[in-house]
Amino acid sequence: MATIAHGTPEIAAEEVNYLNVEHGWKSWLLTTDHKRIAFLYLISITAMFFVGGAMAVLFRINLLQPEGIFSAETYNRLFSMHGIVMVFFFLVPSIPATLANFLIPIMVGAKDLAFPRVNLLSWYLYIFGAIFTLYAVIRGGVDTGWTFYAPYSSTYSNSYVLSAAMGVFIAGFSSILTGLNFIVTVHKMRAPGMTWGRLPLFVWANYATGLIQVLGTPVLAITLLLLFFERVAHVGIFDPNIGGDPILFQHLFWFYSHPAVYIMILPGMGVISEIVACFSRKRVFGYNFVAFSSMGIAVLSFVVWGHHMFVTGEAMYTSVAFSFLSFMVAVPSAIKVFNWTATMYKGSVSFDTPMLYCFGFIGLFTIGGLTGLFLAALATDVATHGTYFIVAHFHYVMVGGMVMAFLGGLHFWWPKITGRLYPEAWAKFAALIIFIGFNLTFFPQFILGYLGMPRRYHAYPPEFQALNVLSTAGASILGIGYLIPMIYFVWSLKAGPKAGPNPWGATGLEWEIQSPPTTFNFDETPTVTKEAYDYGPVEEIVG
Amino acid sequence: MADALIHEAHEPDIEATHLRHHFATSAQQMDASMLGMWTFLITEVLFFGGMFAAYAVYRNMYPGAFASTSKFMDVILGGTNTAVLICSSLTMVLAVRAAQLSKRRDLILFTILTMIFGTAFLVIKAFEYHSKWVEHLIPGFDFQYDEPRYQHNAQILFFLYFCMTGMHALHMIVGLGLLTYLLVQSVRRVFNANYFAPVEMIGLYWHFVDVVWIFLFPLLYLIGHRR
Amino acid sequence: MSTHHVLIPKVSTLVAVWAALIVLTGLTSAVSYLELGEWNIVVALLIALTKASLVAWVFMAVRHSTTLTRLFCVAGLAWLSILILLTYSDYHTRDWTYQAKPWSTNKAAGDSR
Repeated sequence: MATIAHGTPEIAAEEVNYLNVEHGWKSWLLTTDHKRIAFLYLISITAMFFVGGAMAVLFRINLLQPEGIFSAETYNRLFSMHGIVMVFFFLVPSIPATLANFLIPIMVGAKDLAFPRVNLLSWYLYIFGAIFTLYAVIRGGVDTGWTFYAPYSSTYSNSYVLSAAMGVFIAGFSSILTGLNFIVTVHKMRAPGMTWGRLPLFVWANYATGLIQVLGTPVLAITLLLLFFERVAHVGIFDPNIGGDPILFQHLFWFYSHPAVYIMILPGMGVISEIVACFSRKRVFGYNFVAFSSMGIAVLSFVVWGHHMFVTGEAMYTSVAFSFLSFMVAVPSAIKVFNWTATMYKGSVSFDTPMLYCFGFIGLFTIGGLTGLFLAALATDVATHGTYFIVAHFHYVMVGGMVMAFLGGLHFWWPKITGRLYPEAWAKFAALIIFIGFNLTFFPQFILGYLGMPRRYHAYPPEFQALNVLSTAGASILGIGYLIPMIYFVWSLKAGPKAGPNPWGATGLEWEIQSPPTTFNFDETPTVTKEAYDYGPVEEIVG
Repeated sequence: MADALIHEAHEPDIEATHLRHHFATSAQQMDASMLGMWTFLITEVLFFGGMFAAYAVYRNMYPGAFASTSKFMDVILGGTNTAVLICSSLTMVLAVRAAQLSKRRDLILFTILTMIFGTAFLVIKAFEYHSKWVEHLIPGFDFQYDEPRYQHNAQILFFLYFCMTGMHALHMIVGLGLLTYLLVQSVRRVFNANYFAPVEMIGLYWHFVDVVWIFLFPLLYLIGHRR
Repeated sequence: MSTHHVLIPKVSTLVAVWAALIVLTGLTSAVSYLELGEWNIVVALLIALTKASLVAWVFMAVRHSTTLTRLFCVAGLAWLSILILLTYSDYHTRDWTYQAKPWSTNKAAGDSR
């Protein structure tokens, strides 16, 4: 039985909700309503996504020709800014600051997050950081790679390292505050009857994400500060000329940046749990396993960072330890994939857009994750480090995984957030375009990497041209695929059919309140008696 | 728990004005605030931790250079500062206690004392920094070291010295700002036995800054002055 | 109206902790003048850990806190340890070399040196 989205018949007077309760720029810029803040974030990160995407368009154009089209200098700046903008200003905040910000209070049965003003502050910090980084973009960018490795970034690069690094530094505090808010909210703001074991898995995932944000991001902050001092005053902490160690920079940088990739993927996994349950009409298989695997990922993510440094001078025995631990961290992710698959088994699966993105995620994340194992193995990493294999690996998990989960979640909860339905046919079409465009862009890159094409190079040997052209073609298709939802989502705000409280027939507290919700979410604090994903028995399909 | 009193407070008026709308009870608000502050302190542990990690690495790499810097570290001033901070921690916890007992005069007194100790710490620190400046021991600003064989590596220690004590001093300054807020609010009779969460939270912050110094003192000042 | 159960420390307890902290500061300073080789840093850190524990346990009221708060304290320290120890392990083991055995010792076929 398909899950059909229902539009509601004409409503005589428009309900009061968080969007129309107040008007004017002050009511938005000084709001403490988590839903409005989530909306502000949504606009901001979408804008940054297209900034980062524009750079990708440019450097993929450069890669059409083996000798390159732009100079090496320009190319270096393009991919570096692409990385910085996409990682710190799109992927890290994406689901936590938008969907989780919106949904977590509702899902736990609260009126807001624990610290609403801190929530607003985190958005302002994000904007402030974005301004610093956009300044760097406008003035010509940095060419250090998003990884800011010393001593190039600290001593030799004559690009706008400081403003880009300071932008990231400030945005880091935005991330810390979001995580802090989620942690305290989940511990202290759950409604009566909402035990940990009844929480939606989306909440578990974002709680685990919050733990990573709180524990890891401060180390990035201090690392960038040390870089700042090195660059400004030449103090020598990473300068080999006076005995400083550039590898120390890498240790400190990756201590955050590896857990950061789990900040980027865990919320997506939370979304998938919600979607797969709803569109299989079945509770998530192995709820406890999925919940604890989120926690397991959060913990293990902190002891694997050395796998980014296998070829840069890390001691061999330490590398062996990191390699082993990197194999371990794949296990909880795999557990989730098995559980989602088991959820679908003997479920009543329907193919609405959110579920299409879900399928895309499960397949593409699996490929990305498995290739991560190739990279965790020392011997194969030595051959593939610094090649397009790595680029393909992380784009499979981040774009094939996270961005698809984000789009899936956006479609799933769009009726709740805006009170409008998006056009399903266009949405399915866009999902298909995105899937095709994505694979066309990034699968050739696995082959390129395997064949030895290095990453971060503006030019390449002519025998790689065909695959690069294929990749660029895919990128253009992918770009169109991303534009289509932008258009119909904006269209739906004004002209989409109005949504009722629960167009998908899903379980969860968010579907029991009106769409869009009121400012304080609930008229009275609910008392929770049901388990999560309380879908009834699947009806036998006759015939 | 023989050394503590169990205290029950009933002052509904003050409670109602301070209860934020999204909390069901003031107990929940207090719990959430405290957990929030502890979570924030964890972030601070990791923030300072990055510098401690750098210190651990470089000290083990250059033990001779690090030990040679000890003659420039004034143990008397450092030790005095440690004692000053310990005293400030005592006055801080006494201030929190005063708030819990609705003793406004004591609260104001102990807050002021804490601020005096905090300021004394910063004054002594400024004095130390000045002497380093005069001796050309600030990396990046015409750093000169009298033992040529350790010139480079000692520069790294001195940078870490300034970075760690500087970050610590910055946190002290923020702490003084928070205490000023506390003082103003105490004078305005905001805190009492039923509403003292901000006092306790600021107390936690202040104690944490003290704990950081408890580790900085031996690592930076007591390295190798035996020679 | 609500009641708040608060455990209020006795002044004598607080002053006793203060005194202990001052004494330990003096102790760590004095010990630093003894020549104990590798043990100097160990003793210094142990004393610092004791002082920090006193501040946390009594002044920061961890002794009266919930299990959750204590868990958060432990977590912070654990993560700090991961950062320092695992980073340091790289530097510590850089000198450890490993001489792989040749895969075959068939000198006639020129397999090993």
